[in-house]
Amino acid sequence: MSIAPALLGLLQTGPRHGYDLKRAYDERFGHDRPLAYGQVYATMARLLKNGLVEVELEPGDGPDRKRYAITDAGVSDVEQWLSRPEKPEPYLQSTLYTKVVLALLTGHEPTDVLDTQRAEHLRLMRELTRRKAEGDLADQLVCDHALFHLEADLRWLELTAARLDQLAASVRA
Amino acid sequence: MTPGRSSAPADLALGVRMSVSGGRSGWARLGLIATGLGIGVAMLLLVASLPTVLDTRAERDAARSPGTEVVEPGDDTLLVKRFASDVAADLVVGYLVQPEGANAPLPPGVDRVLAPGEALMSPALQRVLDSPEGELLDGRWGDRVVGTIAPEGLVGPQELRVYVGTDQLTGDNAQRISDFGRAVRDDGADATTMLMALVGLTGLLVPVAGFIATAVRFGGEARDRRLAAVRLAGADAATTGRIAAGETLVGAVGGLLVGGLLFLAMRAVVPPLVPSSLTFHGADLRPVPVLAALVAVLVPVASVLVTRSALKHVIVEPLGVVRRSTVVHRRLWWRVAVPVVGLALMLTPLLSGGTGSFGDSQGLVLLGMVLLLVGVALLLPWLLDVTVRRLRPGALSWDLALRRLQHESGTAVRAVSAVVVSVASLVAVHGLLGSETGTPGSEDGRFEAVVYDDLPGSDGAHWASALAGIEGVQGIETRVMTSAEPVDVGEPIALVVGSCASFTDTTGATTCTDGDVMLVAPPDAQAPAPGTTYVLGAPGSGASTWSVPADVATVEPEYPDSAPWLFVTPRALGDAVVVPSGDYDNAIVTIALDHAAPDVTAHLQTAIAQIDPTATVIINDPEATSSMVTGIRQGLMLGTVALLAVVGANLLVTTAEQLRERRRPLAVLAAFGVRRRVLGLSVLFQVAVPVVVGLALAVVVGSGLAVILQAGADLPVSLDLAGIGVTAGGAAAVVLLATAALLPLLGRVTRPAGLQGE
Amino acid sequence: MTTAPVTTGPGAVIPSSGPLLVARDLHVEFGPTTALAGASLEVHGGEVLALMGPSGSGKSTLLHCLAGILRPDSGTVAFDGRDVTAMSDAERSALRRSEFGFVFQFGQLVPELTCVENVALPLRLAGVTRRDAHRTAREWLDRLEVPDIADKRPGQVSGGQGQRAAVARALITRPRVVFADEPTGALDSLNGERVMQLFVAAAKDTGAAVVLVTHEARVAAYSDREAVVRDGRVREQVPA
Repeated sequence: MSIAPALLGLLQTGPRHGYDLKRAYDERFGHDRPLAYGQVYATMARLLKNGLVEVELEPGDGPDRKRYAITDAGVSDVEQWLSRPEKPEPYLQSTLYTKVVLALLTGHEPTDVLDTQRAEHLRLMRELTRRKAEGDLADQLVCDHALFHLEADLRWLELTAARLDQLAASVRA
Repeated sequence: MTPGRSSAPADLALGVRMSVSGGRSGWARLGLIATGLGIGVAMLLLVASLPTVLDTRAERDAARSPGTEVVEPGDDTLLVKRFASDVAADLVVGYLVQPEGANAPLPPGVDRVLAPGEALMSPALQRVLDSPEGELLDGRWGDRVVGTIAPEGLVGPQELRVYVGTDQLTGDNAQRISDFGRAVRDDGADATTMLMALVGLTGLLVPVAGFIATAVRFGGEARDRRLAAVRLAGADAATTGRIAAGETLVGAVGGLLVGGLLFLAMRAVVPPLVPSSLTFHGADLRPVPVLAALVAVLVPVASVLVTRSALKHVIVEPLGVVRRSTVVHRRLWWRVAVPVVGLALMLTPLLSGGTGSFGDSQGLVLLGMVLLLVGVALLLPWLLDVTVRRLRPGALSWDLALRRLQHESGTAVRAVSAVVVSVASLVAVHGLLGSETGTPGSEDGRFEAVVYDDLPGSDGAHWASALAGIEGVQGIETRVMTSAEPVDVGEPIALVVGSCASFTDTTGATTCTDGDVMLVAPPDAQAPAPGTTYVLGAPGSGASTWSVPADVATVEPEYPDSAPWLFVTPRALGDAVVVPSGDYDNAIVTIALDHAAPDVTAHLQTAIAQIDPTATVIINDPEATSSMVTGIRQGLMLGTVALLAVVGANLLVTTAEQLRERRRPLAVLAAFGVRRRVLGLSVLFQVAVPVVVGLALAVVVGSGLAVILQAGADLPVSLDLAGIGVTAGGAAAVVLLATAALLPLLGRVTRPAGLQGE
Repeated sequence: MTTAPVTTGPGAVIPSSGPLLVARDLHVEFGPTTALAGASLEVHGGEVLALMGPSGSGKSTLLHCLAGILRPDSGTVAFDGRDVTAMSDAERSALRRSEFGFVFQFGQLVPELTCVENVALPLRLAGVTRRDAHRTAREWLDRLEVPDIADKRPGQVSGGQGQRAAVARALITRPRVVFADEPTGALDSLNGERVMQLFVAAAKDTGAAVVLVTHEARVAAYSDREAVVRDGRVREQVPA
C-alpha cells in the first residue's frame, strides 16, 4: 500500500512535525511494523515537490524545526483517494482500513468508502460470473476461486460497515 | 397475461384438492376433522331420532294395548288383565289372557293361544329367568314358558314383558276386549318434564355444537400457512376464503359420511345397552327426515361459517399469518352481561308470578337458560385467564403447563367450554330430578306389600295362611271392601271390614276395639242413620244383611270432601257374611315385611302369583326408588356417559392436535433432557387446569340453575350433591383417560426425530 | 409520436422508458423498531436489481412494500404509473396474479399440491383452465430442468428442485417484475448458483425485471445493478 495518502490524510487533522507524523501513523496503522523515519522524510519530500504539503519553519535551533501542513491540493488529493475504489486484489484490508480511519479523521463519510469499494468488488464479480457462464469448466473453476476471495473481502466490508460506530469512537478517542 | 379472476367453483375445487392431497399429515388432519364432525353428526342424528323413537314406542305400545271393550262374551272376545311385578330394580309388565272363543284376538308379537299356565316372554325377560336370579322367579308367571314374544310386540329388545294364559278371569276383574290396539294418547308433558328436557337438550346440543366447531379448526395453523402461500400467488382475501371453505367442505362431507356410519353402527350397538325401561328397537332409531336434512345442510354450512370466523381472527397475508388474538383483550362486561341477562330472564317470571310460574313462560325461561349456559362458555376464557395469571409457579411440569396456558388459552378453552356447558346443564338436571323424586317410596316409611284380590266372591281369607310361612313376612292384615246396598231406598255406601289395627293405621283414629263400627264422614255429610239395613254384597249374591248399630262412632276423614264410608270390625259383623262381588269390591291384604329377609319381595311376588295370578300386588319399599325414577336416572346416566364421551373425545383430539403442532419445541425439550414424566405431567396439568376451573364454574352455575328451575317448577329446593359428584368425578376421569391416551403420542413427538423438519 | 411495439410473446422484452417501479420516501415502523426511514428506489423494466445490506437493514421490508404486500406508513410505490399503496386488497391481489411473481426462501409452495399444480396455481387463480395451466406449467418445469418433479409434492423433492418449481411458478404468468427474497438462502452454493443462472436467464428471456434481496455477494453478482439498504435507507449505486 502507499503511505503517501495516509500521511496526507493525517496532516489534514493539523500540521505536524515529521516525527509526530511517524508516531501518529504507527499508532493507527503501523501495528507491528513501524514506519522507518527515513521513509517519512522521503515521502514528505515527494509530496512537497508535488505541492500537496508545505513546510512551516519554526524559529529556534532544535533538530526538528520543520512542521508539515497540507495544502488545498493535498486536501483534494485525499478526497480523491478516499472516493476511488481500490483495485480488488488480495490483502486489501490494510489499505481499506487506513482509508476508513482517515475518512473518519478527516470528516468524510466512511460508509461511502466501503460502499464504493463494494460496488467495485461487485462489478468484478459480475464480470467473473458472466465469464463463468460462458466459459468451460477450467474457466469456471478459476472464476469461482476469484469469486470466493472477492466474496470474503465483501464480507469483511460488510462487517466493517456494521462496526463503524465502534471504530469511530475509538479513532476519535 | 390478461388479468382474470378464477371462478368461485374453481376456488372451492382448489380447496377440495388441497384438503385431499396433503400426504400423510393431510389425511390425518382430514381424518381428525371427519371423525370429530362425524361424532357430532352422529349425536345430532341421535337427537333427531328421539321423536321417531318416542313416537314408534308409543305406537307399538298403543298397538298392543287392549282395544275395543265389549260387554258380552263371544267367540271373538278375550279377557285381559294387566299386572306388574318387580324384578330387581326393573318393572315387568304382563297381561293375563283368557280367550273366550276360537276367534279371540292375539296381541301383536304373540303367535299362539295361551292355555292356562302357559307363558310367553320377551327375550330379555327370558334371559333374566335363565340367569341365576331367575330362580326367585320360578313359577311367578305360569307353569311353563312356551315361547318368546316376537319383536313387533315389544317396544325394544330389552323390554321385560310377559303374557300368561289363565282361566281365572271374569268380566268383573278383567277387561273383555275384541281386539288389540288403541289410538296413541297424546299425554302432553308437564312443565317440569319440559324443563328437564329443555335443559338436557341444551346441555346435549351445546357441547355437540362446540365439538363441531372444534373439529373444524383442526389443522388450522397448517391451513393458515397454506392459504398464505396461495395468497402470495395472487389470491385475494375473498378467493382465499372460498378456498378455505372448499377445504372445510371436504371435512364436512367426510364428517357427514362418518357420522352416518357411526349412526348406523349405533343403531346396532346401542339398543342392547339401553336399560329396559328406555329400550327401543334399533330399526326405530330413525332421524326425523326434516331434522336429518337439517343436519346434512347445517353441519357443512356451520363448518364453513366456523372456518370463516376462525379466519377472521387471523390476517392471512401473502407473507404468512398474523394472528389478531394477541391484541384481543378479554373484556369482562359483555361476557358477564350474557349470563346476567339470562339470569334476569329466568328470574322475571319468578319475581312477578312467584314459585311455580315457569309453566306459563317457557319461551322466556328457555331463552334465559340458553343465555345462562352460553354465558358460562363466554365467562370461561376470562375466568381461565385470570386464574392462570394468579397461579404460582412450582415444579417444572407445572411451570411448563402454566406458561403454555398463559401464552395461549384459547385452544384449552374451546376444548373445555363444551365440558362446562354440559356439566352445568347436567348438574341442573340432576338437581331437578333429585328434587322431583326426593322422597321415594310410601309416605309412612313402612315396608309392606299390598295385595288387591278382586276375584269375585273372595274374602281374601286364604291369603293369610298361604303367605304366613314366607321368610320375612311379619304380619298380615286382611280387609274386605264392598259396596253395601240399603235394603230400602237410599244411597249405597262403601263398607270395609277389617281389624282395629288396620283401621287405626289407615284412618289415623286413635281408639278402636273389636266390635266397634265407625262411620268415616265429614261432619256435614249425609250419613246413614243408625238402624239402616244393608245387603253386604251384590243383591242376589246370597250376601247377608246387616244393620248399622246405634252406637256407631263418627270419625273425621283425612280429606274433608271424601264420601262417607263405614268401617266394621269383625265382631260387629255378627253372623253376617261379606261376599265381595261388584266391580269395585275386593279383598285387600296388607303384608308387613322385614328388610332383613333376603329377596323377600321376590319370594312374595312369586308366591302370590302362584296362588292367584290375577291379584294385583303393590310393594311399598321406603328404601327403593320407583322404577320410573330408576328409568329417568338410567336415562340421565346414559346422557351423562354420552356427553362425557363427547367431551373426552374433544379433549383428546384437541390436545393431540396441539401436541402435533408443538412437535418441534417438545422434541427440543426432550433433547434437553426433560424427562417424559415431566412432559406427561405438564400435559396433564395443561388439560386439568382448564377443566378444574371449568368444572367449578359449571357446578356453581348448574346448581344455581337447578335452584331457579326448582323454584320455577314449584318443587322443593334442594341440591343433588351425589349427581354433582358423579358428573364432576366422571369429567375428572375423562381428563385422566384423555391424558393417558395421549402419552403414547407424546412419546412419539418427543423422539429426537421430532427435531427434523418435514 | 411513435410508440415502441409492445408484445407479450415468449422471450419478448418490453422496452421501457423510465422506471417501471418507483418507491418514494417509504417509512415503515413495526412497533418501536423502524424498518424503513425514507427509502427511495427505482426499478427499470427488464433489469436485475440486487438489494443488499446487513440483516435488519430493511431490505425485505422494502421488497414487500415494492410488491404491494406491505403498505408503508408513508411514502408511495408506483408501478407503471399506478399507485400501489392506494390499491385495495383485491387490486393488489390482481397485481400479484398478473404482473408480479415471487420466489422466497421457503414457504411459498403449497405442500398439499404437486409441483406442477403449484406452478400452475397463479394461472388457475387467473381463471385459466386446468388443462392449459398444467401444460404451461410442465413446459416451465422442463425449462428449469426439473421435468421429473411435476407430479411430486414439495415435501418429496430437494430444496433446489423446489426452488426451481418456485421460479417456474413466479415466471409462469410472464410477470413484469419478479420479487425474490433470498431465493438461494436454503441451498448449497452449487445448487444456488444453478438456480440463479436459470432464474436470471429465464427472467431475461421473458423480460421480467427482478428485485433480488440477498446478503450473498455471489448471488448478487447475477444482478445488473445493486442497491444497498442501510438503516432503512437506500444507498443506490450505478455500476462503474
